[in-house]
Amino acid sequence: MIETERLTRRYGNFTAVDALSIRAEPGQVLGLLGPNGAGKSTAMRMIAGFLAPSAGTARVCGHDVQREPLAARRALGYLPEGAPSYGEMTVREFLVFIARMRRLGADVGRRRFDEVVGWLQLEDVLEAGIDTLSKGLRRRVGLAQAILHDPPVLMLDEPTDGLDPNQKHTVRQLIDAMARERTILISTHLLEEVHALCNRVVILAHGRLQADATPAELEARSRYHGAVSFSAPGSGVSQEMLGRLPQVAAIEVDPLDGRITVFPKPGARILEPVEQLLREQGLEVSEIQLERGRLDEVFRQITTAPQGAQA
Amino acid sequence: MSPVNAVMRRELRSFFVTPLAWVFLVIFLVLAGILTFYTGDFYERGQADLQPFFMMHPWLYLILVPAVTMRMWAEEAKGGTLELLLTLPQTLWQAMLGKFLAAWLFIGLALALTFPIWLTVNYLGTPDNGVIFAGYLASWLMAGSFVAIGACLSALTRSQVVAFVLTAVVCVLLILAGQPQVLDFFSGALPRRLINALAYLSMLRHFEAIARGVLDLRDVAYFALSIIGWLVAGVLLLELKRVR
Repeated sequence: MIETERLTRRYGNFTAVDALSIRAEPGQVLGLLGPNGAGKSTAMRMIAGFLAPSAGTARVCGHDVQREPLAARRALGYLPEGAPSYGEMTVREFLVFIARMRRLGADVGRRRFDEVVGWLQLEDVLEAGIDTLSKGLRRRVGLAQAILHDPPVLMLDEPTDGLDPNQKHTVRQLIDAMARERTILISTHLLEEVHALCNRVVILAHGRLQADATPAELEARSRYHGAVSFSAPGSGVSQEMLGRLPQVAAIEVDPLDGRITVFPKPGARILEPVEQLLREQGLEVSEIQLERGRLDEVFRQITTAPQGAQA
Repeated sequence: MSPVNAVMRRELRSFFVTPLAWVFLVIFLVLAGILTFYTGDFYERGQADLQPFFMMHPWLYLILVPAVTMRMWAEEAKGGTLELLLTLPQTLWQAMLGKFLAAWLFIGLALALTFPIWLTVNYLGTPDNGVIFAGYLASWLMAGSFVAIGACLSALTRSQVVAFVLTAVVCVLLILAGQPQVLDFFSGALPRRLINALAYLSMLRHFEAIARGVLDLRDVAYFALSIIGWLVAGVLLLELKRVR
């Protein structure tokens, strides 16, 4: 479990993280979302014990990171931003070093080493210098380092940053597989990641908590939530008709491909009425879609709001 | 394995995977030899001892120890591995101690590899091997102080060059502090007590005292305290970085 209470970090007059209170439970993948510079990494560094909070507290599995730093760090697997590792070491040397630092005994160390290496498919590069590895492999070495001691809490700072789509997919599968009995906190600025991984999202902007919700709840905040979009040739007629439907708030036509999006009034359901209308008009519709809502739009709306308006 | 041991072994290994360690060893041994025989009048003195050899060590360390210690923390801060290292379950003290011991042992190895000169002097005459042992001890203790200074100052900056220069400057000040010329220079301006304190701070004075074979506890304590003091300062610097 990770808990923070009014966690704050100031650099002179600049407040990088401002009274952040979050909570992640076992079995949960909590996504820390925000634009670059929102304070995600600073918050994680405080939870990991690399930076001391200016105010507030953070606990990992109940251990206060300031008062019981070693117990907190033992419970935590941490992948810092950019997955730093010692470039002059081989993958094997590096992981053995981490096992020693984590005081894994010879037996446990060897078993976990084999498990993690197999899991992250590092067998072929064990004797390669970390400096010579590709970005994706280096990220996997960083992940191996973080999970080597089988921690109940995992904190990953931008785990898929800079990876190609296949590598991203692999890393996400790994995180997903580990999520069941662990508490996982990941930071990202990729919205696709939220859909793929997280069951709860915290959005930060200017160091402040702007939203704490499930991905579905966030999508529901979108203007597009419940909207119906379709492509139909000869749409000039139908636009007028659609506007007359009592549940419809607005209609937009994409100037590029002519795709029509119909927005509902708050709380209204418009898929059926729209379909019915189209059928009655005998209009050919190539494809029709009920929108769940667009996270990117919600994200933009939340993180670009004037400071303080959302807090 | 304790974190101190793990950090120490990692550091030692990282010395030897780069050419740095080998270059260092070669330069140290070559310079120690040349300076002893040419500058130190090893033969001309006509005495079977290693005083000229040991008297060159402060100046050798002045250049070579900063070269070993400059990367200690600066490189980790620059490469981002500091965040990895300091979020592992260990205290700042353990990390500092592991790094210090690695560098100190490495200098100790360089020192041990000068054994041919000890063989030479034993072949040429019958030196007092007790004094020679004291000389090695004095040299290693002084190296320890230099390493501790380097460890502390490397924590101050992300730049290895800055760490090198700062360490060399502090070391040269500590070597020169007790020289008669320096003391004379200040004797008019400063009260006698301060002059004495300044003289006591001098590395050379304590180094020479032990190297002559007089193992006074106060001289040993000077080096022990200097090592501990600089390491404490280094840990405080790291802690300050965490809080600031």
